[in-house]
Amino acid sequence: MALRGQSVPRLEDARLITGRGRYTADIQLAGQLTALMVRSPHAHARIRSVDGDRARALPGVHAVYTGQDTKGVLNPIPTAWLPPGSDLATTDHPALAWDVVRYVGDAVAMVVADSLAAARKARDLIEVDYEPLPAVTGVTEATAPGAPLVHEGVPGNRALFWHAGASTDEVEAALRQAEVRVRLPLVQQRLIPNPMEPRAAVAQYDPSTGKLTLWATSQNPHIHRLLVAGVLGLPEHRVRVIAGDVGGGFGSKIACYPDEVLVAHAARELRRPVRWVEERREHFVATTHGRDHVEEVELGGTRDGILTALKVRARANLGAYLSTAAPGVPTILFGLIVNGAYDIPHVAVDVEGVYTNTTPVDAYRGAGRPEATFLIERLVDRFAREVGMDPVEVRRRNLVAADRFPYTNALGITYDSGRYHAALDRALAMLDPGQVSRHREEARRQGRLLGVGVSTYVEMCGLGPSEVAGAVGFQGGLWEHALVRVLPTGKVMVMTGASPHGQGEETTFAQLVADRLGCSLDDVEVMHGDTDLVSMGWGTYGSRSTAVGGGALSVALDRVVDKARQVAAHTLEASVGDVVLEAGRFYVQGVQDRSVAFAEVALKAHLAWSLPAGVEPGLEAQASYNPTNFTYPYGTHVAVVEVDPETGDIHLRRYIAVDDCGPRINPMIVEGQVRGGVVQGIGQALWEGAAYDRQGQLVTGSLMDYALPKARFFPPIETDALETPAAHNPLGVKGVGETGTIAATPTIVNAVLDALAPLGIHNLDMPLTPERVWQAIEASGWKAAAGGQGGVQA
Amino acid sequence: MTEEATATQVRQEIPITVHINGAAQSTAIAPNVLLSEFLRDHLALTGTHVGCDTSQCGACTVLVDGRVVKSCTILAVQADGMSVTTVEGLRAGSVLHPVQEAFRAHHALQCGFCTPGALMLAAGLLMDNPHPTRSEIREGLDGIVCRCTGYENIVEAVADAAERLAEEVRPHGA
Amino acid sequence: MTLAAFAYQRPRSLAEAVEAMAEAPDARWLSGGMSLLPMMKLELAAPPALLDLSGVEDLRGIRDEGDFLHIGAMTRHVELARDPAVRRDAHLASLAAERIGDPQVRNRGTVGGSLAHADPAADLPAALLALDAEVEAVSARGRRALSVQDLLLGPMMTALEPDELIVAIRIPKHTGHRQAYTKVPHPASGYAVVGVAVAIHEEGGRVRQAAIAVTGVALKAFRAARAEAVLAGQAVDQEVLAEAAGLVCDGQDVLGDVYASAAYRRQLAQVVTRRTLEGLR
Repeated sequence: MALRGQSVPRLEDARLITGRGRYTADIQLAGQLTALMVRSPHAHARIRSVDGDRARALPGVHAVYTGQDTKGVLNPIPTAWLPPGSDLATTDHPALAWDVVRYVGDAVAMVVADSLAAARKARDLIEVDYEPLPAVTGVTEATAPGAPLVHEGVPGNRALFWHAGASTDEVEAALRQAEVRVRLPLVQQRLIPNPMEPRAAVAQYDPSTGKLTLWATSQNPHIHRLLVAGVLGLPEHRVRVIAGDVGGGFGSKIACYPDEVLVAHAARELRRPVRWVEERREHFVATTHGRDHVEEVELGGTRDGILTALKVRARANLGAYLSTAAPGVPTILFGLIVNGAYDIPHVAVDVEGVYTNTTPVDAYRGAGRPEATFLIERLVDRFAREVGMDPVEVRRRNLVAADRFPYTNALGITYDSGRYHAALDRALAMLDPGQVSRHREEARRQGRLLGVGVSTYVEMCGLGPSEVAGAVGFQGGLWEHALVRVLPTGKVMVMTGASPHGQGEETTFAQLVADRLGCSLDDVEVMHGDTDLVSMGWGTYGSRSTAVGGGALSVALDRVVDKARQVAAHTLEASVGDVVLEAGRFYVQGVQDRSVAFAEVALKAHLAWSLPAGVEPGLEAQASYNPTNFTYPYGTHVAVVEVDPETGDIHLRRYIAVDDCGPRINPMIVEGQVRGGVVQGIGQALWEGAAYDRQGQLVTGSLMDYALPKARFFPPIETDALETPAAHNPLGVKGVGETGTIAATPTIVNAVLDALAPLGIHNLDMPLTPERVWQAIEASGWKAAAGGQGGVQA
Repeated sequence: MTEEATATQVRQEIPITVHINGAAQSTAIAPNVLLSEFLRDHLALTGTHVGCDTSQCGACTVLVDGRVVKSCTILAVQADGMSVTTVEGLRAGSVLHPVQEAFRAHHALQCGFCTPGALMLAAGLLMDNPHPTRSEIREGLDGIVCRCTGYENIVEAVADAAERLAEEVRPHGA
Repeated sequence: MTLAAFAYQRPRSLAEAVEAMAEAPDARWLSGGMSLLPMMKLELAAPPALLDLSGVEDLRGIRDEGDFLHIGAMTRHVELARDPAVRRDAHLASLAAERIGDPQVRNRGTVGGSLAHADPAADLPAALLALDAEVEAVSARGRRALSVQDLLLGPMMTALEPDELIVAIRIPKHTGHRQAYTKVPHPASGYAVVGVAVAIHEEGGRVRQAAIAVTGVALKAFRAARAEAVLAGQAVDQEVLAEAAGLVCDGQDVLGDVYASAAYRRQLAQVVTRRTLEGLR
């Protein structure tokens, strides 16, 4: 039986459930030193001096590095995404601040000592003399006339300006002609990724080879190699980056961080291994944040619910420096898909990227697409309310119909496939209108408000065609590499450029190999995350690894089989065209008793005692797969919530997710991605949000203040799937790492606002904390005794 | 405290014997070493993870005398004379503990970082309450933060582990 | 996450503990460590010495003393939550203990430690206030008793002298009183945004004694005296409950923070109080 499509338990679990995982912080090398960072307590200040002499004099302290020490030795850390036509104002991002600190958490010095205790003592003795400067934290204040400048050379704090779609004039004209227009001010609050494994880096320099090895919590070790080599001024082949087990990333482990290059630098200088492990409170300030948009969005259409025009103006807070992928997130990954799953002819998007005195913002699960989906899904609901239609019906009338694919949206992106209406129907069938009515009645009796929210999202992932990467200014390729090495005994090693950190490709890729070669899962080892082992790779983000990395693997497997078939044909004395591979044996077509096992062919290929002419010994193949398009997973999510009008508390009653990520290699893993993603998306809707005070201090700087979702907050997530193959990649798969997060946030907010609609409440900023909801209810003048009741007729 | 007294303290080492995963570990240790540090840095039992600094995430959870405890919030010296089970000691020889089996069967882990804590918490909860309801499981999982799974598969795994444990007990109990 | 160095002792008796404290006056007691150790990890506390109380047998155990339950200060929250005598005679203490932190915290945290720490959003103070509990404290100067009411002075502030140690909590039996603890936890910290502890004693359809204590709302847990007064002597109906609940924060300086403003906390306390009282009917 084919393993593809089976919910095979994961192979990586064998080590992870027994405590044998190897995470970066677990590494202990002989003579290893410990590094600690000194971080700015100020959001913006001039550094008058940094005095590390007292710290250096402490026993056990090996070095103290400052910005001035490393200036000219370490190159600034570059951003890797330069969207063309955006007037991108790049600035130097030194690993240690030279003259000015620009956010709370900006590193000003690093101490390296024998032990953590010694390093802590030394850190306390490093004296930094700051001259505080006025700071700006939000995009509104940062773009106000006369605002303090984060970088002296960047007027108006404008990091970039980017436009997509039709001209603003055209879209404004279309909006003027629209029978109905709705407008929303939206805030996409800032989020803090918080993978459970804090970042870490261990570096070792081998003086005999001149090679630097960096173990790092990375989603993309080859990108790290490129950037670390560049910052350190080392030739790329003298840098090896290893991402062992990585404890989640959600985008926050894409970027190349100061800590990583500093540890590498110290290891090179001191000729001793150096380890740095992030503390959780450091994570809050020193690891990139996500989202943080302030938007004005407007949607126009006809009275009978046909959407005609969409105008988006977004201001994106990029923080103090441009992180690795930062400029691409609020532009390319956001602006090109703001119309969502709807056919809207006139669309214009303006994005202003803004520097502020805050932690840099970069990709966070979904990266741009959650922001896009949120605005369109909120607008569609608002529009439905305005025209007096069921939001589901408005969606139905505007979703791109199944017979219109490939469909090119108004922003020039071509969606390859989809059955949007079918997903909607499936989700509504699971919802069961009868049950909703009963729940509604029950809630009414208990004085609560019930709401139903829907989101019919589509996203753009499987990043992506390298030509497009180049066209949109990404400073790398987006293809992927795979190597399949069959050993003489028929065992298989796979080396993939994907760098999974929880997504389970060690298993799903092994399933593909086992199916193709007819071996068992135990015969396959999928290796990743080591730049000396894997030829090349662009890493795991943007839900790309199965679509692109799996594509590369698929092509490499074809090549291995082609070669093995030649050897088999030679062995079986048949012509190559007559030999087929089935369940691990090569057969001569139509002659069942003439066969040879794949493993035996592998042995023959390695022995090379008798190979067909022109066939080289050995049995391995590699492939680089460059996709021709993005992938477009989509689906319908539905939430049923109850609002307690006296406390503003929101109770999640049901959550339904119907997603189409193409044919599922391992449905259990897909469901796991959906459920985890949904919970993260609900986290944004209800609990999570970073808050800075006016001085630029992060007031939600620990797990005591910043609420991560807990088990008891949730009902079971009900899932179902459609499986429409992507039209253009070998496996037909689309990616599922981000769909849940993209869909869930607007689904929940729409549900809560549906519950509150009878009170005249049509918009609320996230997170929808009980107080925020209660304040809105209070302001609406509604009293519990009045017993109002709302809800769409889904 | 005089400077001299402080210097004395730094050198203070206290003899302890802790039974870790069934083996007695006797050593002298400074009082400021947390149990999590003792396990990870002194004994190289790196299966126990540290995910936060506010004693909240639960990744470092171990069993101390059969009760779930965050190893980052207990001094190693406080464990003197006690028995500590870490994720490395959860299975008996090569036989996985039912919670380990169930976590794998239900895909209750993704990145695996919180997993050692989640497994120990689950094992401890089931010792306390062998037949928990789904909602008791969710309440019990308050002791762990998982950022990957959305918890549902962990809940299902714990419920399944309860059944597996009940079946393990039955043949012997009969 | 290395802690700063400190001296450590584990006294074997109360006398030894008191003596050790007298010799090292800057030392701090270490009971469950659920608040002290996290503070030390974050460098918010750096005591030069810790006196670990886990070896002191006198601080353990729950005893029936006639009209009182005697709860040793080193009783873990989980023991308080499950002890049959406590569940029978001072149920509110069990109910609050069940809601503290998470399973790991309840396994280590102690009753004495929680009271001595005096976090204004902790659960136990509310329950013990409502139960009119008192603490027994010991130092080199001797032994004294003081009510929980008198013990709690403010956020992380108690009437204990630095060298003084809570050895036990004495709870007057509330057998047959209807008791409930309702907590609205902060989604991140798990501490009470509002926690309301109620114990009602009715006779002949009228409230003979009503105790309502609130945590999370003010600088320390407090008894809602005016709300209690509204209930006293009444045959309770919806209207009386609502009136009492409306007065629950009366006279209090209600706290506001990033998560919940003072106005919202007041509203929440009133709603939670009303619902808790309704739930007991």
